[in-house]
Amino acid sequence: MKTYSTALSMMALVLFSLSTKAQDTTDVMSQLENEMKQEDAQKTEYVTATFKTTRLINGHSTENVGKHVLDFRISHRFGPLNSGAYNLFGLDNATMKLDFDYGITDRLMVGVGRSTYQKTFDAFFKYKILRQSKGKKNMPITMSYVPTISLNSMKWANPDQKNYFSSRLAFVHQLVIGRKFSEGTSFEIVPTYVHRNLVALSGDKNDIYAIGIGGRQKLTKRISINAEYYYQFKGEDDDEGNVTKTTNNLSIGFDIETGGHVFQLHFTNSTSMNEKGFIGENTGKWSNGDVLFGFNISRVFNIGKRH
Amino acid sequence: MKKILVTFLLSVCSIALQAQVYFTKNASVSFFSKTSMEDIDAVNNQALSVLNATTGDLQFSLSVKGFHFKKPLMEEHFNENYMESEKYPKSTFKGQITDIKSVDFTKNGTYKVTVKGDLTMHGVTKNVTVPGTVTIENGKVSANAKFIIALADYDITIPKIVQQTIQKTIELTISCKYDKK
Repeated sequence: MKTYSTALSMMALVLFSLSTKAQDTTDVMSQLENEMKQEDAQKTEYVTATFKTTRLINGHSTENVGKHVLDFRISHRFGPLNSGAYNLFGLDNATMKLDFDYGITDRLMVGVGRSTYQKTFDAFFKYKILRQSKGKKNMPITMSYVPTISLNSMKWANPDQKNYFSSRLAFVHQLVIGRKFSEGTSFEIVPTYVHRNLVALSGDKNDIYAIGIGGRQKLTKRISINAEYYYQFKGEDDDEGNVTKTTNNLSIGFDIETGGHVFQLHFTNSTSMNEKGFIGENTGKWSNGDVLFGFNISRVFNIGKRH
Repeated sequence: MKKILVTFLLSVCSIALQAQVYFTKNASVSFFSKTSMEDIDAVNNQALSVLNATTGDLQFSLSVKGFHFKKPLMEEHFNENYMESEKYPKSTFKGQITDIKSVDFTKNGTYKVTVKGDLTMHGVTKNVTVPGTVTIENGKVSANAKFIIALADYDITIPKIVQQTIQKTIELTISCKYDKK
């Protein structure tokens, strides 16, 4: 009996020492991991990849290009589908826009562009005022301020009258407020103010107030479906023929991302790719079949050192 | 007789308890892949590692988001598309230096060792055996290893369209300088 109990205690001790041996490393590791967790809670982690690229479809998203990154964008809008087989459902006509966007910091980007629509030059900057984050700083949304200036460089329609350079200009101010709700789902709202120095018809207003809403849902890791709608606050309807009959802009599209490229394919009722145009001067109607196929291609290049 | 046995076992036990454990919070894990199109390289300097000098137990744990790239978009795609770091935030290694006895922790030198254990990343665990070195320099312990893993082993898929720019395998480099616990 005595030997038996000795053997038992021996076994228990051996087991104990063995288990201590095996647990040692794991214990220290879990201790380290806990310390790390506490340190991480003191850090702020900013949400990334709310959208695939800096534009949702026509309008801005909450994304910026990174610091010292150049984003070269080529965008096309073909003619309306309802122009029929003679125009190959719009493919015979194309409006084009080129953009060069550059990230000065991770929060501030600048861009210049040129569009064949009204031979427009434009320039903007986008600054992230708020960044969605968790950890030490908890911020539910990202908010960017985007002012854009655009210049219509078409020859004057009436060269004989006195024309002012300032008449070519339009100004757009936007707040892009977005949130990434989950890995695949993001939404944004975009309060917009457009001021045009010169308008087409006597009844047109120089100032336009609009609000955009948009979102994306990822279908796979690299493909998402996007939608975007800009609603114009027009006030009372003037039907005397001296007001441009504008429509709200609705677009639906897909983002396909492949490494450094993002391809955006979409259907929209707007020919213009400038804020002033697709928010304020759009006349296409989905119900009439004034729907255009279009695409944006974004290619990023790293310029200079990041750190 | 019983007394002697118990004393002996207790001393064995206490030796085990005193087992020398080394750790670091700044282990460096980097990876590299080269193609004609572009180089992919990233480093994580905040990996945790614990080494038990007595048993040879070796563990690593790191946060996938701690890998930093030269190109910000590459880092975003790494997290979003390849590692899915929201879903699988941690990568770990749990194993052993199988020939720990060959390392004399009291004598300066670089010792070749073999590490065997379970590498978990992207939610997949694989048993791996890799060569490494343990260096002792005036009581300071450091460890290094360099090895190649296949992305497909860890269910990390490369879309056809970028197969020219991304290798099917990557080279991992591990480097740690340990502190005494």
